[in-house]
Amino acid sequence: MKKHTIVALVQDQPGVLSRVIGLIRRRGYNIESLAVGHSEQPSISRLTIVVESTQVEQVVKQLYRLIEVIKVSDVTDDPTVEREMVLLKLHAPISVRHEIVAMCGVFDAKIVDVGSSTMIIEMSGTPSKVQNFIDTIRSYGIKEMMRTGRIAMVRGSRGHNADQYVESGNGATAPVAN
Amino acid sequence: MSQELTGAQIMCEALIREGVEVMFGIPGGAIMPFYFAMWEYRDRLRHVLCRHEQGAGHAAEGYARSTGRIGVCIGTSGPGVTNLVTPVADAMMDSTPLLAICGQVGSHVLGKDAFQETDITGITMPITKHNYLVKNASELAYVFKEAIYIATTGRPGPVLIDITKDAMQKSCVPNWDRKLDLPGYKPTYQPNRKQLREALKLLRQARKPLIIAGNGVIMAGAHAELRHFAERLRLPVITTLHGIGAFPEEHPLSLGMPGMHGWVHCNRAIQECDVLFNIGGRFDDRVTGKASTFAPNAKVIHVDIDPSEIGKNVKVDVPIVADARMALQALLDELPVKEELADLHAHASDWMEYIRELQDKHQGKQQYINRAAVQNMALPPHDVYAALNRHIAERGNIIVVTDVGQHQMWAAQLLDWNAGPRSHITSGGAATMGFSVPAALGVAIAHPDKTVWVVCGDGGFQMTNQEMATIIQEGIKNIKVAVINNGYLGMVRQWQELFENKRYSGTPLSGPNFAKLAEAYYWKGMTVEHTNQVQAAIEEAQATNGPVLIDFRVEREVNVFPMVPQNASIGDMITENSGA
Repeated sequence: MKKHTIVALVQDQPGVLSRVIGLIRRRGYNIESLAVGHSEQPSISRLTIVVESTQVEQVVKQLYRLIEVIKVSDVTDDPTVEREMVLLKLHAPISVRHEIVAMCGVFDAKIVDVGSSTMIIEMSGTPSKVQNFIDTIRSYGIKEMMRTGRIAMVRGSRGHNADQYVESGNGATAPVAN
Repeated sequence: MSQELTGAQIMCEALIREGVEVMFGIPGGAIMPFYFAMWEYRDRLRHVLCRHEQGAGHAAEGYARSTGRIGVCIGTSGPGVTNLVTPVADAMMDSTPLLAICGQVGSHVLGKDAFQETDITGITMPITKHNYLVKNASELAYVFKEAIYIATTGRPGPVLIDITKDAMQKSCVPNWDRKLDLPGYKPTYQPNRKQLREALKLLRQARKPLIIAGNGVIMAGAHAELRHFAERLRLPVITTLHGIGAFPEEHPLSLGMPGMHGWVHCNRAIQECDVLFNIGGRFDDRVTGKASTFAPNAKVIHVDIDPSEIGKNVKVDVPIVADARMALQALLDELPVKEELADLHAHASDWMEYIRELQDKHQGKQQYINRAAVQNMALPPHDVYAALNRHIAERGNIIVVTDVGQHQMWAAQLLDWNAGPRSHITSGGAATMGFSVPAALGVAIAHPDKTVWVVCGDGGFQMTNQEMATIIQEGIKNIKVAVINNGYLGMVRQWQELFENKRYSGTPLSGPNFAKLAEAYYWKGMTVEHTNQVQAAIEEAQATNGPVLIDFRVEREVNVFPMVPQNASIGDMITENSGA
């Protein structure tokens, strides 16, 4: 099954994440990663969901049924910037620290904490670059790892600005009751 | 006017502002403040005390389905609201505008397993169009307005509002003027013109065109437009179970019901048509049979107000997202002059002739009623329907509410549905047994000038018959119940007979003496065991000034035919018992 990256704008309200996840769960799809946070508008959150699905069009349409979901796009085949961040706590006795430091330099990773026998490394990049870094550094012994999941943004002037969805009057016109 | 009101008073005011006149419910601890406030408003806001919240939910559904207006039901926290889950799910499946108002424990104990606490917003998330948990009185005026707007617009559906007890008790000055702000909810009502023209182009080139009309036609009030459209193009019309009433069956273009228990000629027409115009139906699996074999030769035009229905079950060539009435009106506006439709008319006429030949060859309604297999029975179920059919035609002004099972399919097949939209109320998508008696309560309250005939099985009847007491307490006289009593959970028994070698596991069903049970509830009760008593019983029930139950003790092992086995193509129908 193909992996799809879906970007959604949702109203920032309690329960909205639960609704989105519940809807995807109901169809039996597995969420590979989910990242959520504020958009450029405080009342609107932006989600990036990576899901394996053969019927992603149905997922997108079903998501639109949720009242608090404002805009959904499958950006899998669009030109996007995709990023992911990882925090890694490595087993790092003094004897190997210089090797790790060198490796971090190659991958543009930052050492953010040094303990007596551990180091915490922060690294971000495309999901494949993050994976590559993890695979490379794994041999030193990963004690803890936390990946944020993918976030994606469509390049250029395309994409969806959240401002247009704020303070909108209700544009829908109901049919006249008969 | 900036008067302080309690949250509960705001709820009552909000409901009245939205035109609500009646609510169905049961009080309990967490919802008591609402009942306290309701007392002041009792002249404008009628409360019907049901015997079980499921009954209250179905009654609200019956009210909604028979009027098109919002139905309102109420339950208290915990078991009160979990009892509402079934009607809420039912309303979701059948796109019924329903508002469920639930009491919740106080906000200070929320999430602490307080007495009668249940996470009902969590439970109902997948079975509501939307739901709310309200913890502040100041939110109530807006939330009620928004909830009813969502429930009744676009594709209608159930909305649940869970309100903490303290939110109902606290006071504030309600802000009625806050505008609806729903950036993610803008239903599309007007069709896309380009798609309309595509649809018309397909229809004009068709040799075997066919209309399927569903629930959307009824909810949009599009029956008159549908009739004009079908007549102008001379297209045959199939009506789904929920499309019953969208097109009169006596009309020369009407074919009847498709699907699992539809007529052979309808299903064959679907399989052979070259253009299928589905308006307001969702290609339910009981209509399509095995979806991959459905309408193999057809270009499909699908009109639905819900974009997520398009392409969900059946591949669609021309999608039209719109309100059914607006779509039909727009199509009518685009129609060419009659002369330009001459080719289509000629093809449609040949096609119709062909379908009618199919109908004569296979069982149509009359042959089905009169067939030899049932002639020697003391009371074949068909005779009840034949008599009821005559009664409905002669008397008129009758709404039929059915339950779920064999009797429901017989009613859909054997009654002549000519009384227009909202004359047939049933539970379709969820197929909720026990729907009919409480739903009839809601229908009867909404239509005091009409008679509500419930046709119900002995299985479904025993699930919710406690609402007979509600009907008496409310002084409702215009409900007549026909129990098609065969002592089985008949539809399951039929499957067991046909596909499981008559292994009647869990289907033989005893019951009380239904007539005596009805009498115990201060109804009139009658028992009918022979065909020659049927008509008199129906007439007596109709003439009685009060609710009446007739226990029709029909032949026990009669099957609903024709039938499409599950997961088979609708082209492959069983039309008779192979063994019998």
